[in-house]
Amino acid sequence: MQIDLSVKNVTKKFEDFIAVDNVAFEVPDGQFFSILGPSGCGKTTLLRMIAGLTEPTEGSIEIRGQSMLGIPPNKRPVNLIFQHLALFPMMNVGENIAFGLKRRGDRKAAIKEKVGTILERVDLIGFGDKKIDQLSGGQKQRVAIARCLVLEPAVLLLDEPLGALDLKLREQMKVELKKLQAKVGTTFVYITHDQSEALVMSDHVAVMNRGVFEQIDTPQVLYNSPETPFVAQFVGDNNAWSGRVRECKDTRAEIETTEGPVFLTTVGEYLQPGAEVDLFLRPEAMLIQPDPSLSDLNRFEVIVKDILFDGANSRLLAHPLDADTELLIALPQTRQFDYIKKNDKIEIGWDQQSGICFSRSQKKS
Amino acid sequence: MKNQKRWGLFFFLSPVLLWLVLLIVLPQIDLLVMSFRLENDEGRMVWSLSNYFNFFDEPIYWLTFVRTAIYSILVTFLTFVVALPVAFYITKVVAPKFQGFLLVLLLLPFWVSELVRVYGWMILLRESGVINHFLTKMGILGQPVEMLYRDSTMILGLVYTSMLFMVVPIVSVLESLDDSLVEAAYDLGANMWTILFKIIIPHATPGIVSGSIVVFMLTLGNYLTPNLMGGKNSLWFTEQIYNQFIASFNWNQGSAFGFLLLVLSSIIVWLGLKLTRQNLKKVVQ
Repeated sequence: MQIDLSVKNVTKKFEDFIAVDNVAFEVPDGQFFSILGPSGCGKTTLLRMIAGLTEPTEGSIEIRGQSMLGIPPNKRPVNLIFQHLALFPMMNVGENIAFGLKRRGDRKAAIKEKVGTILERVDLIGFGDKKIDQLSGGQKQRVAIARCLVLEPAVLLLDEPLGALDLKLREQMKVELKKLQAKVGTTFVYITHDQSEALVMSDHVAVMNRGVFEQIDTPQVLYNSPETPFVAQFVGDNNAWSGRVRECKDTRAEIETTEGPVFLTTVGEYLQPGAEVDLFLRPEAMLIQPDPSLSDLNRFEVIVKDILFDGANSRLLAHPLDADTELLIALPQTRQFDYIKKNDKIEIGWDQQSGICFSRSQKKS
Repeated sequence: MKNQKRWGLFFFLSPVLLWLVLLIVLPQIDLLVMSFRLENDEGRMVWSLSNYFNFFDEPIYWLTFVRTAIYSILVTFLTFVVALPVAFYITKVVAPKFQGFLLVLLLLPFWVSELVRVYGWMILLRESGVINHFLTKMGILGQPVEMLYRDSTMILGLVYTSMLFMVVPIVSVLESLDDSLVEAAYDLGANMWTILFKIIIPHATPGIVSGSIVVFMLTLGNYLTPNLMGGKNSLWFTEQIYNQFIASFNWNQGSAFGFLLLVLSSIIVWLGLKLTRQNLKKVVQ
């Protein structure tokens, strides 16, 4: 497999502030690669370095095996889709798309043909003469993508392009963007702070925090086996418990939480008894009123504080009997739990396999 | 209620209306009437077009006229060429905290009257002036050269006087230019010149046009700078008007020239707007 983009130990410093700290990754041809992180984690700086708009302080960037050091953005085989798209308002849709081709010196007939083909590909046939301000948000999005794709870049960089759209359109564009990427086969590097965007669209996701990559993996692995507490909390929702190891045999540990309940859970490595740990538990890992016949469950009682109804994504807000830690518990909308009311006492159970445990010393942040 | 509102409006507008009518409209009408009057052989005032015919009969008049127009266009263009990089530097390159400081620096010379500034230039440029003094001291010039009273000096002075009126409108349009447009063009393969001509100038056109109108009008109607820095050779049309009024005491001829200047500048501004496909409403905003 050909490697389209290879970032080698790149660091970017702004005076005393380290925006990107020794980041390295590779993106193979045709992959949809996302960089997910909270705002201010350095992901935009990283993207701008790949595009050539900023130079790295240390390290190098290679595109299809060629070093990009000192090569200005107009000579790089990558294109960037800006957060606010940056379509040229002084030109119509066709001129916007032809802009890059003209700069490259393509012949007029060839330009016309390519613009027509790409407009068809993004479902905007006949929009060539429209002005930019006549387009809807989603159409602008597609023009911005077409304007870059028509140049057949080795890598297409996307800087949170869905951020400005309303929720409904964003959901729709997510699916559309993924389909488009599969159709054209261009390598996409997508940055976002929205974990759902990253999880839905990407083949691989890198989670970035404070200038470093915490984990690079497929969305499934990121969600099910996060490697750091940050990833566990940032990707998807998680309930956090802090506690202390009582006993550990092979990969099974008994953990006494500071709130009281004692849990048995599987752990990745042997933990010293007495070690302080953080235990993470997904809302959907907790079963409401589990069947008494099920063994291997950690069982405890909680009091329902509130019901957060959100369709298929409904949750219970609850707290353990004699503690006030808030817990989010998934509430399946199968009508089975319709009897649950505020201030009810219910039993919760979770499988020992589904807890994720980190010893405190591992914690980076 | 409605009546009250109308009276309120009238009350607040009246100073402006008085100003306009008494100081601008009435004198203009008087001048217009005067430009069509002529003293005949018997010493009586009669209606006549001969003041306007004189202008076309005497080559010195209309040649001065054409020269003034062409030089004014040249000055406008040169001012634009100088002002665009300055405006770009102030809005896009320099750190935001210095922007205000630089704009004040630009304004500062205009707190001094134009007359004083022109005399400043004269002290620098004249034969016994500062620049000649240093050049001869350093041995670059054998003997002092008269730098004043040349067309180029006059244009220099006019560009200097007009700078601010071009920079300010361009600064205000460039402030609304999204940096990412420039970066997007760069990313899509454009070089510096294409970015300038395809992105920056098209975006700045309304500001450039409004700056150009102001600079052009001011230059065309300028009397002080051409007269002092260009001397007797400057042949600026305003001097012809001045001569008619003050030297020849021929107010009728002078007012005819005045109106020709008004018509000329209006035509050139209209042409400029047509050529750049702008309309006055958009530009004035």
